[in-house]
Amino acid sequence: MLKTTPFHERTAALCASHAWRRWAGHLVASCYELTHEREYHVIRAAAALFDVSPLYKYRVRGRDAARLLDMVVTRNVRKAAVGQVLYTPWCDHAGKVIDDGTVARLDETTFRMTAAEPNQRWLQDNAAGLDVEITDVSDSVAALSLQGPNAGSILESLGAPPLKYFRIAPATLAGIPVTVSRTGYTGDLGYEIWTDARNALRLWDALIAAGRPYGIMPAGMLALDMARIEAGLMLIDVDYVPARKALIDSQLSSPFELDLAWTVDLAKERFVGRDALLAEKARGPAWQFVGVEIEWNSLERLYLDVGLATRLPSAAWRMSVPIYADGEQAGYATSGGWSPVLKKYIALAHLRSRWATPGTPLEIEITVEHRRKRAAAQVVKKPFFDPPRKRS
Amino acid sequence: MKRYDVIIVGGGHNGLACAAYLARAGRKVLVLERRERVGGAAMSEEVFPGFRFSVFSYVVSLLRPEIIRELELPRHGLHILPLESTLTPLQNGDYLAQWSDHDQNRRELARHSVRDAEAYDEFGLLLHRMARAIKPLLKVAPPDPASLAPRELWDLWRLGRYFRGMAQKDLHALWKLLTMSAADYLDEWFEGEALKGTKSASGIIGTLLGPRSPGTAYVLLHHYMGELDGVFRAWGFAKGGNGSVSAAIAAAAQAHGADIRTQAPVSKILVSGNRATGVVLGGGDELRAPIVISGADPRRTFLGLVGEQHLPDEFLAAIRRYKFRGSSAKVNLALGELPRFTCLPEPGPHLRGAVSISPSVEYLERAYDDAKYGEISRRPYMDIVIPSMLDPAMAPPGKHVMSIFVQYAPYHLNGGWSDARREQLGDTVVDTLAEYAPNLKSAILHRQVVTPADIERIVGLSEGNIFQGELTLQQMFFLRPAPAWARYRTPIDGLYQCGSGTHPGGGVMGASGRNAAMAILGARA
Repeated sequence: MLKTTPFHERTAALCASHAWRRWAGHLVASCYELTHEREYHVIRAAAALFDVSPLYKYRVRGRDAARLLDMVVTRNVRKAAVGQVLYTPWCDHAGKVIDDGTVARLDETTFRMTAAEPNQRWLQDNAAGLDVEITDVSDSVAALSLQGPNAGSILESLGAPPLKYFRIAPATLAGIPVTVSRTGYTGDLGYEIWTDARNALRLWDALIAAGRPYGIMPAGMLALDMARIEAGLMLIDVDYVPARKALIDSQLSSPFELDLAWTVDLAKERFVGRDALLAEKARGPAWQFVGVEIEWNSLERLYLDVGLATRLPSAAWRMSVPIYADGEQAGYATSGGWSPVLKKYIALAHLRSRWATPGTPLEIEITVEHRRKRAAAQVVKKPFFDPPRKRS
Repeated sequence: MKRYDVIIVGGGHNGLACAAYLARAGRKVLVLERRERVGGAAMSEEVFPGFRFSVFSYVVSLLRPEIIRELELPRHGLHILPLESTLTPLQNGDYLAQWSDHDQNRRELARHSVRDAEAYDEFGLLLHRMARAIKPLLKVAPPDPASLAPRELWDLWRLGRYFRGMAQKDLHALWKLLTMSAADYLDEWFEGEALKGTKSASGIIGTLLGPRSPGTAYVLLHHYMGELDGVFRAWGFAKGGNGSVSAAIAAAAQAHGADIRTQAPVSKILVSGNRATGVVLGGGDELRAPIVISGADPRRTFLGLVGEQHLPDEFLAAIRRYKFRGSSAKVNLALGELPRFTCLPEPGPHLRGAVSISPSVEYLERAYDDAKYGEISRRPYMDIVIPSMLDPAMAPPGKHVMSIFVQYAPYHLNGGWSDARREQLGDTVVDTLAEYAPNLKSAILHRQVVTPADIERIVGLSEGNIFQGELTLQQMFFLRPAPAWARYRTPIDGLYQCGSGTHPGGGVMGASGRNAAMAILGARA
């Protein structure tokens, strides 16, 4: 049987579509309503509530906790202030990404790490000889993500203190002890709320009640997927193959190849993959992970040629789509879709470095009435959608 | 009388596969089978009215996909039903299950050990890569590193280039797999006793070795090479039992024009001036052909059918040294109702997969200790499937057949095998299994016990070894079955071998039969 999350009693009752999907062995709603459209717009216009409990979560505690995490991830954890959250990938010894997630410094010696894949063994193996205790709190900590322009107001109405971007703090919401982090996967103003799984239903009810005047709506993974593409955020297993699952070397990616150079602190004395990353930095990454925008006129022309109006994907897609430049294959897109808020057809793509500069003209494969065509496209800067409220 | 280009001695699945490939290439082929039906040890039989047993071999996993493809076996009736899971009942009433669904499997493994759940995927990926690394070896006649023959040097150069292309860490892993014991190898990965016990069992199948004996890690890999429809490690059950595999290959051979004669025992391979010229049948009839291929194991072929006087001393010595040491038995049960395992009493998906009595490495090693000194394991390792769960036609409606692979039941039993010892083995198996499924005894309608001595007597496999000789490194690759004679040829011109006693060895794989045909046709595999 699949696991259910601590919010299942609520989410199951709301899931009118009966459209569920798997996330890390859990059942989560793809969309609650019959289509995901309203759930998407709520992210950008009000506040969407996501159940993100399936994330793997580890509590790392002890005198050497910062040392361990600093050794494992590419960012500098020792420099992180109490109450700071770091987004970071982590690598194997060959400098290839095995997972990505967040590291939150809860106090001087306590951290919470989130991950897409189980990492207990990896952390333990790297902790040899260190004074640190690693606890898998995936099941005991429930998590909700509240995303959208009204997210802050809702939390404020429940008495949460103001938080800066990528900060975390303890709070009491409707009498429930929680930690709130100003983080998320939508590129919008947003928060994630962490609590003991036993408080889950009370927390859900409190947020829904407080959020009602602000237009809160539970939202599923289909809406989230489009939002995270607009935000230029990659997804494991979709946009990159984690090193532990790669069957051949060409499936591996380094942080540099995933546009995560900013997360790699080569000034750190030691961390897993450092030597390989240093060498890669010197020679320059072979690939880049970029934003691609498909040109409307070119797309429309392909459909006009067969007598159709332009057809757009109704939800984000996740598959490998060839991209061409200068008459050869320059790379491939791994997710994409029509952005309703931007009114643009966008995609996330891996391109060989020589074609990765913003503005580079490309062609992307598109199937029009059973025939493969190519539409004009170009490299654009990520994120596609970046409202000032995200950080303000 | 019809003239044949090729006579094949033995209608086991390899003999049939070899016949099919040669017939497909236009050769006139005759297969001679001693028994009343083809299949050798891959055979189904209605042993008890309404109940069909895969009497000997019982699962399909290693059957080469190219054979399924090239001989169009699905068109000739082969339908493989997937085995979905492995259940290991434990002595404390709990269980460890391995499921085909990734999430379900991870959750179940994590119930026992979070570390093992994480290591499992990495282990699977590594063995997948190793199986891929080994795969090119399965399709070719193995070159002898000591040979100077141009053809072998060419093959060696190709293999050398291939292995140089391997990543260093993969090469290290392969070396470990070739040298370590299954138990030691698994210790590097896992901590859970039930998981290690169950995984290590793959390393001991068909050998008189324990999970702590060096070299068994390779046998583990050998069993990981099961590949169906491009999916590595997919185990299946042939609809109608394993006899359906043989029947499909036989049908393919016949469709290509091969003749198959059953109840035609060969008593002698005719040799004249170091050249095979034909065979003598049990009744005294002589059949002539320029090429004779033996699907029988090396001992029966050379010491039995050819005769020592025709063979060079060194070769003879190697064949005499070649180890069989059958160590496994089968118990087939007709059941009036499904077994109710204490750990999971209700009927469920766990009964559609394998049930493995392998609670720990120590359990298996103790089972081996008994066998090492010539005794039946007091608590044997068992690999159990219930074919009627997947193919209801195997038993009357509502009733079931259970196939129990048992190890160890040494061929060289103290005092020798007798009817009493056979029943003692049957009792030991049923008693042991009933500890995990208490209703078993009352559910049994009929019991068939097949000892290594029975396997030898009925199927003709020397010492009852299911692989036509142990799959241990000293008799693998270019040493199988004898140094310098691993490429299906023999010291007698015109005499070839195509059984599991040749590279790459046993399991219902068919690779030996196909490789032998390719060697004879002079074609590159």
